[in-house]
Amino acid sequence: MSSEQDHLKETDTEARFEFKKEQKSSFQADKGLTEETIRVISEDKDEPEWMLQRRLRALKQFQKMPMPTDWPGQPDLSEVDVNQIIPYIRPDVETRGSVDDWTDLPDEIKDTFDKLGIPEAEKNALSGVGAQYESEVVYQNMQEQWEEKGVVFMNMDQAVQEHEDIVKEYFMTKCVPPSDNKFAALHGAIWSGGSFVYVPEDTTVDMPVQAYFRMNSEGMGQFEHTLIVAEKGSEVHYIEGCSAPKYSAFNLHSGGVEVFVGEDAHVQYSTVQNWSKNTYNLNTKRAIVEKGGRMEWISGSMGSKATMLYPASILKGRGASDNHITIAFAGEGQNIDTGAKVYHNAPETKSTIESKSISKDGGRTNYRGLVHIADGAHDSSTAVECDALMFDNESTSDTMPYMEINESRVDVAHEATVGKIGDEDIFYLQSRGLDDDDAKQMIVSGFIEPITEELPIEYAVELNRLVELEMEGSLG
Amino acid sequence: MATLEIKNLHAEVAVEDGEEILRGVDLEVKSGEIHALMGPNGSGKSTTAKIIAGHPAYEVTDGEILLHLGENEFGDDFEIPEDKRTWNLLELEPNERAALGIFLGFQYPAEIEGVTMTNFLRQALNAKLEEREELFEEAEGDDGEEEESGYDTSPMEGPADEGEVGVAEFQQLLKEKMELLDMDEKFAQRYLNAGFSGGEKKQNEVLQAAILEPSLAVLDEIDSGLDIDRLQDVSEGINALRDEQGTGILQITHYQRILDYVEPDVVHIMLDGQVVMEGGPELAVKLEDKGYDWVREQTYETA
Repeated sequence: MSSEQDHLKETDTEARFEFKKEQKSSFQADKGLTEETIRVISEDKDEPEWMLQRRLRALKQFQKMPMPTDWPGQPDLSEVDVNQIIPYIRPDVETRGSVDDWTDLPDEIKDTFDKLGIPEAEKNALSGVGAQYESEVVYQNMQEQWEEKGVVFMNMDQAVQEHEDIVKEYFMTKCVPPSDNKFAALHGAIWSGGSFVYVPEDTTVDMPVQAYFRMNSEGMGQFEHTLIVAEKGSEVHYIEGCSAPKYSAFNLHSGGVEVFVGEDAHVQYSTVQNWSKNTYNLNTKRAIVEKGGRMEWISGSMGSKATMLYPASILKGRGASDNHITIAFAGEGQNIDTGAKVYHNAPETKSTIESKSISKDGGRTNYRGLVHIADGAHDSSTAVECDALMFDNESTSDTMPYMEINESRVDVAHEATVGKIGDEDIFYLQSRGLDDDDAKQMIVSGFIEPITEELPIEYAVELNRLVELEMEGSLG
Repeated sequence: MATLEIKNLHAEVAVEDGEEILRGVDLEVKSGEIHALMGPNGSGKSTTAKIIAGHPAYEVTDGEILLHLGENEFGDDFEIPEDKRTWNLLELEPNERAALGIFLGFQYPAEIEGVTMTNFLRQALNAKLEEREELFEEAEGDDGEEEESGYDTSPMEGPADEGEVGVAEFQQLLKEKMELLDMDEKFAQRYLNAGFSGGEKKQNEVLQAAILEPSLAVLDEIDSGLDIDRLQDVSEGINALRDEQGTGILQITHYQRILDYVEPDVVHIMLDGQVVMEGGPELAVKLEDKGYDWVREQTYETA
């Protein structure tokens, strides 16, 4: 074990270097994002013509749109070099199945796996060995269980082939069009992998649909797309898995999530994510909620150098509702800019946003939220609560709640608290026998409890462990 | 049998040019005894309590706090070597003091959201036992602490490690202690002190002492804000600590009231950062009658 780690340390720099070389040689298309590279991806995947065309349109949009630079307190994205993006994608696919992939992971991630006690089999899965197989097993089980009911749960690339009609109708058309923002456009051009979930009318999938290690099994999963279509009266809980951080040396993650919540349907989307400290995590996640439907977003964002993520719900039909619970953790050198967006576009719609952030060692968390209540969305209500917990005077936390209220018969509440971890609280716990670190950890795990209680036990444990590791500063 | 010995304790607020609050406190409490510490507001009672437990807001400028432990203080199968029976508490962290059997019952306990009583108490108990092992292992010249590899127990009630009190065992213990204190079972799943009434908080402090079984418990105004029924429950709990666990009690209070139920062996009166008068239970009664002015007069006349 230790000799293996030593070995990893020694070869790490070299491995990364070689990794880059490999990328160049394995990818013969031009460097950077060109039409040619998009065509190669699409051809690789044997995609229908319409998908290629969508990719190309998205690419044009991406090239036209400026980088976001002037939001107040926005994370600095000047390091994000889009010309490096494509060459980073291919090698992972090419080297899939090679045991050596494991050595390409940054040390901090390998350490995380060790500390989390991830079984060897899963490590191998992550490193590429048997990932496909492991993933198949997961997907296969799901299919057997729900196939009869018409539920579909499969890899997004596969769905393009096997459920072309549904994908063609919903994929980046109504919910997250590439024109939405620069990174949605980028995603539209080079997306790969991800999950496709389809739940037919009046069908309840009574156990969470979980996707583990998806992205690594597909290699190009840095730009994974998740599409969930829940028909009228159906119910599903999708969990984007993460017993582990799930990327390697890449430095940009730009996923897309689209959720369609039909009339009176109920979708819960939960994710616990942990990114390496060199990752820019720029995602677009959105749900459209029909009459009487209910959308729940539960997310824990850990790691990354910078995260910009604001899951959004469009409450389109009367009586639609939304519930957001998010937690962010920022340590040294990290800027986690996250929040929620809700558009109340119909009467009697309801939303609640609960955002919690923790910052330490100079880390920075922002809550950036938007609640829009349209003219005519009468008798709607929204309640926003942001709590920030800081460990020291170097860390910062900002709350930027935007409220656009164009209707008078509504109920709007916003509450924000910012606190430093209290010395008295720590002393109290210490006087009961806990040491300083355990006391802080206990306060933090209590702080995030509203999220952990919403998650299945293994994810809750995972989230707690990740927070503990962050607190120890041992993730990076 | 343990003895807490405070000698000539001087302390000030831990800021630059902090105000001196304690001006030479002398006090001795043995396990199995009940002591009352009385005095007007601002005389230094709570400060004394916090310093015993190791609160970082105060700086001790002179004097010492010693803890003398008996050979079998932590049970018959935990023999304390002779050279490790006296500890200077001022050199120890608050959790180390807790591990050696010091308990502070707070006047205003912290409210910790999201942490259930059960989880908290089990973790505290296990932490105390582990710290105790470490304190004595190091003293015996062992290698000291082993490097922990990885994650052993989950913060969500994971399996117990060797030597730890497991979930089932702990729940039984908690249940017994709660019955003893006439506390509702529902307490176990509530968040630590969050939304507790004043009385519930005080009861909870006594419950914690009952679980952690300290050698010496300092109870800071545990009687404040209690109605008569609750006062009786809490008092019974305190008496049980002494009678059943042999805990020594240092009871800080303003009022004779609680002393009707928890009869002190010794009453100490503090004034301006010093213990100025000591006596039996009758001293508290006299105080109730005549007030602190009488103490003040006596003190400064003789001085």
